Amino acid sequence: MSLLIENLHASLEDGTPILKGVNLEIPAGEVHAIMGPNGSGKSTLSKVIAGHEAYKVTAGSVTMDGVDVLELDIDQRSRAGLFLAFQYPAEVPGVSNANFIRAALQARLPKGEELDAVAYYKNLYAKMDLLEINRKFTARSVNEGFSGGEKKRNEILQLMMLEPTYVILDETDSGLDIDALKIVAKGVNAMRSAHRGFLLITHYQRLLDYIAPDHVHVMAAGQIVRSGGADLALELEENGYDFLKELAPA
Amino acid sequence: MSLELLPDTLDTDTVEAVNIDRSIGDFTFPERNKFDAGRGLTEKTIDYISDVKNDPQWVREFRHRALKVFRDKPMPTNWATHDLDNIDFDQIRYYLSDGEKPKRSWDDVPADVLETFERLGIPQQERAFLAGVEAQFDSEAAYSNVKEELTKQGVIFVNSSEGLKEHEEIFRPWFGKVIPTGDNKFSALNSAVFSGGSFIYIPKGLKLKQPLQAYFRINSESFGQFERTLIIADEGAELMYMEGCTAPKFETATLHSAVVELVALKGAKIQYVTVQNWSSNVFNLVTKRGLAMEDAEVRWIDCNIGSRLTMKYPGVIMKGRRARGEVISIALANTGQHQDTGAKMIHAADETTSNVVSKSISVGTGRATYRGQVFIPKHLKGCKNNTECDALLINNKSRTDTYPAITVKGNQHATQHEASVSQVSREMLFYMMQRGISEGAAMSLAVNGFINDLVREFPMEYSVELKRLIDLEMEGSVG
Repeated sequence: MSLLIENLHASLEDGTPILKGVNLEIPAGEVHAIMGPNGSGKSTLSKVIAGHEAYKVTAGSVTMDGVDVLELDIDQRSRAGLFLAFQYPAEVPGVSNANFIRAALQARLPKGEELDAVAYYKNLYAKMDLLEINRKFTARSVNEGFSGGEKKRNEILQLMMLEPTYVILDETDSGLDIDALKIVAKGVNAMRSAHRGFLLITHYQRLLDYIAPDHVHVMAAGQIVRSGGADLALELEENGYDFLKELAPA
Repeated sequence: MSLELLPDTLDTDTVEAVNIDRSIGDFTFPERNKFDAGRGLTEKTIDYISDVKNDPQWVREFRHRALKVFRDKPMPTNWATHDLDNIDFDQIRYYLSDGEKPKRSWDDVPADVLETFERLGIPQQERAFLAGVEAQFDSEAAYSNVKEELTKQGVIFVNSSEGLKEHEEIFRPWFGKVIPTGDNKFSALNSAVFSGGSFIYIPKGLKLKQPLQAYFRINSESFGQFERTLIIADEGAELMYMEGCTAPKFETATLHSAVVELVALKGAKIQYVTVQNWSSNVFNLVTKRGLAMEDAEVRWIDCNIGSRLTMKYPGVIMKGRRARGEVISIALANTGQHQDTGAKMIHAADETTSNVVSKSISVGTGRATYRGQVFIPKHLKGCKNNTECDALLINNKSRTDTYPAITVKGNQHATQHEASVSQVSREMLFYMMQRGISEGAAMSLAVNGFINDLVREFPMEYSVELKRLIDLEMEGSVG
């Protein structure tokens, strides 16, 4: 059981190639991290897997537990178990957090079945308390006027409520102070299980102090150029990405 | 997927009052005389109407003078849409009683109308009336309890003919004063052929807890073409009045031209709520205006979803010191529709305040227009106006226009005008869909979110139906 990316090529609408043959497997139960310089295609990878229309897949495949993900619409991929914690979460004015998450959960139920409101709120408050999100946020419009830290914690709240199978966290640590980072890590770690796979996209080693990865990969110029264990991240922190110049594909 | 958005507060008093038992209703047709003024509008038509209604002489003369004014005024197509030229005044029936109204068979009712009834949970008995399969809906039984209560408290709640005949001393002084016959071509038309509508008087100091509903006065004339409403709230009185319904109402009559006059005397408050969902063949041209005296308030809460063309600019003349006027407006224009709405705020006393919040949604090739007039003259002091008009374009062929006309003279006033046009952004849609919400449901959420703070202003019964109705309208729009 895994999220399997094979030889994935993708480009922008104007044809500019961004992903140039990505190969990556994230088995359920494992946490993988991707690091790499700006422009390497890390965020693009997450958006392509999620199905963003601005990108066109030109070759390769993505399967989730054997299911061809690229054949599915954005919302179908989500309901099939894929979750993306956004780097820049969108605001949805006029729609409360409570109603938004409720709609997302309701979308997963068979037609005609209604979400139990009492159980829902009980669950929601429990997760909000764990993430130290003030209960008043249920009535706030999704991400509207939220600080960076509040937005990222809101992403983790949705992660905890939706219980996906494969989770991609796109630079979830960017813009967070240590305290916010610890809370985000707490939420992610609470969701770790033998049935769930994580892909953390990050610039900084710091996040990995709190969420220990099983494997670390380095991405450059649209490809995974090196893979290793957790200590690879420490190596990058010390030496930077210079070594990639030697590895850059022709 | 229907998304039941939970209300934040539940005013149990209001809910009980509006939950009249809609299953009560006897659908046999009582004996009624059949009246038909025929097609076209002449002096004979006026006399026919006055004869049938047994109008007092002064009303008959009022109508005749209005007919002359109507004929003299040109169509306002120098600023309004030329679609108005498609109205054939000679083909219209200006007065038709219950029995004469053409009925449809169920076979002729469009499938989407039937689906809307289903989705909005309209009781079976009402569907026949709304769909035009039956010419009337008898709500007398449901209404009679309410009427008794109100009469005990000194409230007058009758239709226009009865009001002018039986309560002349109350209504005549204000009749045609807030909206003079010559205000525009269609107020003149209404003044000539008006029928039905509500005439309401609330005595001093009485603050009604329950909203009054046009529904209580349902007969064919209440949903009629040329309703005339006059509401007078005496000093310190308060009421909310609701008209219209979210369910689509089939009409053979293509022209609706209503006039609504509100008078809020010192310290009084009138809130007038309308949800309009006429069928797509209707020209809905309405003149609505309120007069607010010292410390009084007139509030228009208006939602326009139906009709082929709606032209409506609810207005408030703030005539007394510290008077307040407000217009809250939601419009949804789908393919084949033009919602041309706005507000008129006329400041005529010191320290008066006006507020306009208008949100429109254009879907398919629909067109929404905002026209807002604000006038504050030089000699006044301390007046404030705030206007916000936001437009949402759903498809790239939808259209929106904004024509603000703000005239503020003098140097002791504060005016603010804010306008925006937006689309449901691709990023917002991607975000919602990535949470498993389908594209259609995501659009509905975004649109409901856009108007959410205005929907809250509507009484609960309407706001729930409104949200469902908008979901339905949005369903066909994706793509």
